[in-house]
Amino acid sequence: MTAPLVSVEGLRVLFKSADRTVHAVNGVDFALQPGEVLGLLGESGSGKSVTLKALLRLLPASRTTLSGKVTVAGHDVLAMDEKALRQYRGGVVSMVFQEPMLAFDPVFTVGDQIAEAVMRHEDVGKDAARARALEMLERVRIPSAKRRLDAYPHEMSGGMRQRAMIALALACKPQLLLADEPTTALDATVQIQILLLLRELQKEFGMAVIFVTHDVGVAVEVSDRMAVMYGGRIVERGSAADVIRRTAHPYPQGLLASTVHGAMRGTRLEAIPGAPPDLSRMPTGCAFAPRCRLADDTCRSVAPPIAALAPGHEAECHQPRLSAV
Amino acid sequence: MLEYLLKRILYAVPIALGVSLVCFLLVHIAPGDPLVSVLPADASQEMQEQLRAAYGFDKPLPVQFGLWIWRALGGDLGFSIATGRPVAAEVWRAIGNTFMLAVFAAAFGFLLGAFLGFVAGYYRGTWVDRASSALAVAGISLPHYWLGMVLVIIFSVQLNWLPATGAGPGGSADWEWDWAHMRHLILPALTMSVIPLGIVARSVRALVSDILSQEFIDALRAKGLSERGIFLHILKNAAPTGLAVMGLQLGYLLGGSILIETVFAWPGSGFLLGNAILQRDLPLLQGNILVLAMFFVTLNLLVDLVQTWLDPRIKRG
Repeated sequence: MTAPLVSVEGLRVLFKSADRTVHAVNGVDFALQPGEVLGLLGESGSGKSVTLKALLRLLPASRTTLSGKVTVAGHDVLAMDEKALRQYRGGVVSMVFQEPMLAFDPVFTVGDQIAEAVMRHEDVGKDAARARALEMLERVRIPSAKRRLDAYPHEMSGGMRQRAMIALALACKPQLLLADEPTTALDATVQIQILLLLRELQKEFGMAVIFVTHDVGVAVEVSDRMAVMYGGRIVERGSAADVIRRTAHPYPQGLLASTVHGAMRGTRLEAIPGAPPDLSRMPTGCAFAPRCRLADDTCRSVAPPIAALAPGHEAECHQPRLSAV
Repeated sequence: MLEYLLKRILYAVPIALGVSLVCFLLVHIAPGDPLVSVLPADASQEMQEQLRAAYGFDKPLPVQFGLWIWRALGGDLGFSIATGRPVAAEVWRAIGNTFMLAVFAAAFGFLLGAFLGFVAGYYRGTWVDRASSALAVAGISLPHYWLGMVLVIIFSVQLNWLPATGAGPGGSADWEWDWAHMRHLILPALTMSVIPLGIVARSVRALVSDILSQEFIDALRAKGLSERGIFLHILKNAAPTGLAVMGLQLGYLLGGSILIETVFAWPGSGFLLGNAILQRDLPLLQGNILVLAMFFVTLNLLVDLVQTWLDPRIKRG
């Protein structure tokens, strides 16, 4: 087995403000091989986006405490200085954001913004950088790419903007792509196109991808492996098939049950009761216990152990139940 | 772009006309007879009528307005009632002096204000932000005539470094580029710069802090840009609004400040305006306001054009 491209051990992220401390990520471990796609699934506030931003050190340093060990392509991410970080960001790892309208600077043309990234990482002039930008826009199949080079973000449609965002992220051939809910803000038909494009480019470029989403269907579509986050921890992980078909943790079981796909018409959708935990006051036991219908006193007082269910398939639960099909 | 330019300039015409009408009417709404101050108390009815006719005050208002505008287009603003001199020349000289004051006050106030605002916005929430915001609020809230007097007491009376009044040595009102004249400019310009400094600092702080909280800043960092590269992005995003604020402030400064010019006996348009009001010198008042208003309209037009040029989201045409 080759050395993993990404290795995250015991990652913790604390947000400190004057009146409270928010435990956004509470000890996340995972590893990713080159060219592998990890789907990170969870609801809002589960810590998935924060984990991604921690991998790029994008969280505001003054209010954030990062601890643990994060290694990406040999770089010790949490120990890098500003200069090394600038080489790493966009060069080794790049990111596709959720809302492309907000992720592009509104007063620069799309072409210039892609060229800017190229010039930042490669020793090329403006013309060569713009040529690369054009090539990338063609790669993501933006129609009449040459004309779009000089378009401003507001002159493009949502789907086209997200294609341009992907072109920007891939312009410097990163080894790892972080995708933060890249299809959430798009129309359903456009979502599928963007997903197919991402999968195709991932194969072509051979990069690893961490794909964050709250949509189970999307996660299944793109992932080799999946990890489900809750309360800042990964509560279940395994191959996509393991997590979807042989779900062990009650939280992903609830997530799957609450999707519209496959629900019988006329029956009520099953929702998970309660609300996500308050990350500034984490319970001592299992974070999901207050919402779990199986929870007992042990769950509420003792942090759950990791239960190995199959090679590579684990769940953090006192009483994992395989809902095997 | 040329079409847009022409269109915008054309739009400015009705605005300018409306403004002139308001200038003209405002002065006529005020009670009192402008000729009372120049006529001897025992002037005969006949003499009053004669003078009224000489200044054209006997004609109906619309006709007066039409004549006034027509002459103004040719650069003739009539004659001052108090001094008998042509209004255009008086106004022109006063505006030249105010212009000097405004440009220096603007240069100082805008530069320092933009710097303070940027630093405060960039380090928002820290002591740097609080210190520079406190300075900005002080700039907006301090009564500037009071500040002017305090500066005079410190730098003219106590330290005897700078002259307290006038625009040049020996009370000369004509500007020259030498230290003797520059010395006279420092205190009034400094006093005048405090308000735009505060307002520009507040606006730039809000702009920068708003831009920094947008997601594209994260995206710029994510592609490896240095803080200097990000600064350029902040600058281009803040420029349209920042320039609009500065343009308006420059307009106010060009209007001259009656209070500051009176405190420093600066022979500018504010000083002239103050005197014209006190003497009920209608032609001078109207001419002065008209020229200042035209400056303001032109400046706004320029700001609009620059904004369109800088911000691609404003539709051209």
